[in-house]
Amino acid sequence: MVSVPSVSTTPAVSIRGLGKTYRIGRGGERPTTAVEAVLQRLRSPMARSRFTEFDALDGIDLDVPWGEALGIVGRNGAGKSTLLKILTRVTAPTRGRIELAGRMGSLLEVGTGFSGELTGRENIYLNGAILGMTRQEIRASFDEIVDFSGIEKFLDTQVKRYSSGMYVRLAFAVAAHLRTEILAIDEVLAVGDAEFQRKSLAKMRDVARDGRTVLYVSHQVQTVTSLCTSAIFLDRGRLTYQGTVDDTLEVYRRSFEKYAVEQREADRRPGTGALRAVVVAPDADVFDPAETKRLTVRVGSNADVVGHYFVSAHVNDVNGTVIAQCDSRAVGGWFDPAKEQEIRLSLRAPWLKPGRYSVDVFVCQMGVLDAWEGAATFEVLPGSPYPEMTLDEATAQGVVLADFDYESSVGES
Amino acid sequence: MSQTVVITPPGRLGLPRWSELWGAREVLYRFGQRDVLLRYRQTAVGVLWVFLQPLAAAGIFSLVFGTVADLPSDGLPYFLFSYGGMLAWNVFNQVVGRSAPSLVSNQALVSKVFFPRLLVPLSTAMSVLLDFAVALGLGVVLLFVYGVNPGWPVLLLPVWVALLVATALGIGVAAASIQVKYRDIGYVLPWALQLVLYASPVAYSVAAVPDDVRWLFEANPMTWFLEAFRWSFLGLAAPAPWQVLGMVAVSGVVLLGGVLVFQKNERLFADVI
Repeated sequence: MVSVPSVSTTPAVSIRGLGKTYRIGRGGERPTTAVEAVLQRLRSPMARSRFTEFDALDGIDLDVPWGEALGIVGRNGAGKSTLLKILTRVTAPTRGRIELAGRMGSLLEVGTGFSGELTGRENIYLNGAILGMTRQEIRASFDEIVDFSGIEKFLDTQVKRYSSGMYVRLAFAVAAHLRTEILAIDEVLAVGDAEFQRKSLAKMRDVARDGRTVLYVSHQVQTVTSLCTSAIFLDRGRLTYQGTVDDTLEVYRRSFEKYAVEQREADRRPGTGALRAVVVAPDADVFDPAETKRLTVRVGSNADVVGHYFVSAHVNDVNGTVIAQCDSRAVGGWFDPAKEQEIRLSLRAPWLKPGRYSVDVFVCQMGVLDAWEGAATFEVLPGSPYPEMTLDEATAQGVVLADFDYESSVGES
Repeated sequence: MSQTVVITPPGRLGLPRWSELWGAREVLYRFGQRDVLLRYRQTAVGVLWVFLQPLAAAGIFSLVFGTVADLPSDGLPYFLFSYGGMLAWNVFNQVVGRSAPSLVSNQALVSKVFFPRLLVPLSTAMSVLLDFAVALGLGVVLLFVYGVNPGWPVLLLPVWVALLVATALGIGVAAASIQVKYRDIGYVLPWALQLVLYASPVAYSVAAVPDDVRWLFEANPMTWFLEAFRWSFLGLAAPAPWQVLGMVAVSGVVLLGGVLVFQKNERLFADVI
């Protein structure tokens, strides 16, 4: 088994003042050939290369004790994946210092390093080696890996002939049997069928129970809840909250609301601004699950805009998952920019589960004129649209409520 | 338990962590194994290619330089003479040619997983050495056929191969790291190798070079390697002692320089590739 230091006073991961700055080229593309680079230097020998700096991460201080499964949550672009990439040494930090008190293994993307021409068996050894296992370790867990992936019969078949499901299962199985003291996982549990996901999640939980440390990045709030023992919240490259999973997820959810307030000022929103949505209002603050949800979008006018524009409304649930994209192009909705428009959206299906929803509204032509995230929110009341009263577990799974029926007929044969 | 790993911003210049490279030697082996398997699986004639390449080249060279141009071949059959040259040249050419694009063609890996990246270009030497061993076996057969006995210098052959591979890896490793940023290395390198092939006495003998420009050829390190190679393999005249020292110095300097260039570029790989 993995040796884990009994002295739990030294943290597994210790991060001090960590920062990562990217240089983003301004004024044209970065040269991609040596000839271009030389030409550029010749044309403007005195010019310093022009770029703006962007802090993907800044001033991160963090200690992760042994045996902890730490969830890392944050909005898109908050720096979650960058943090994991630095911790796994795929990319180097710009500032700061990290101390890892053990070997770090990573599951950043399943199947990288798999070679289609090689057989399953050969790939297990190749991939295991790349992920940092010694030959003895791979040999020792070989049977377990094969067993876990369930591809025994195809072990000597070239991987390029595998189905995508088999491929992913094998890749995950190799990575999941890494015997490193610290394990970094980025969104990989969302692969395979439900049965395999359950197995994977259980495996990850075992890892943490062994006293090893797991760092887990995910957008799927459910898996963070079921896997992690604590969590941190990243906001635009800064660590703004550290605490229990529930508290952190609460902060994460609130961040959507805070963001929505900021976005109310049209000037702070992305998009060209040639046209802006002025008001986005649902007809009611609360709806029943099966009721048609109506929403009004008022868009300002601009006579200089040529042609017609369309709008797209994304409905997000409380975890930030986009559950519906209502794009007016799909139903032939094109609008005249010369006049102020009041555009009405009716969302009839699917039925929504009880909970809080936010709506992002985009006004677009060829490019995005206005992107208003969190333009409106509404609530769906607890209640079931179905004819029969059931226990909660009958509707617990799934993101939305489907309108469905069952019929039966007795087989004739 | 394993020791603490410290991650800090990289410095401008630095040597790799040797212990880390050694710890990841399994990766080197697996990469090499993959290269070998990939090349012989699903090819119609498989291992025959390894024979065919130097044989065809030596055949053409002996026809063009030996028969058409009627150049001297130090008293050996021209075919055997140029086969000996091709053996050495192929090692150099193939190591440079395969290691240079290795990082770009493994970019999915480089940007997703950490392992000492230096191992990617280094591992290409393994499949080349296997090819060399096969071609050398055929070369030994040729020696018997032509009745040539190189004598004791044949024992030094592994030394020359090691020095040649080190030189080629130095160039290949540097080229691989630069190619991550500038893709035109991929076009320039084959062309440059072609020039070196003609500028070095692979297909002809230094003795065929007129006296007034011979110093130019003598100054080419590739000449030293070829001379040493032919000494050990064909029993021709030994290279001058300064050339042997030169080989050691060149291979050391080029390999070290290549690794330094690689290390300097490495910190940008994941962000640039």
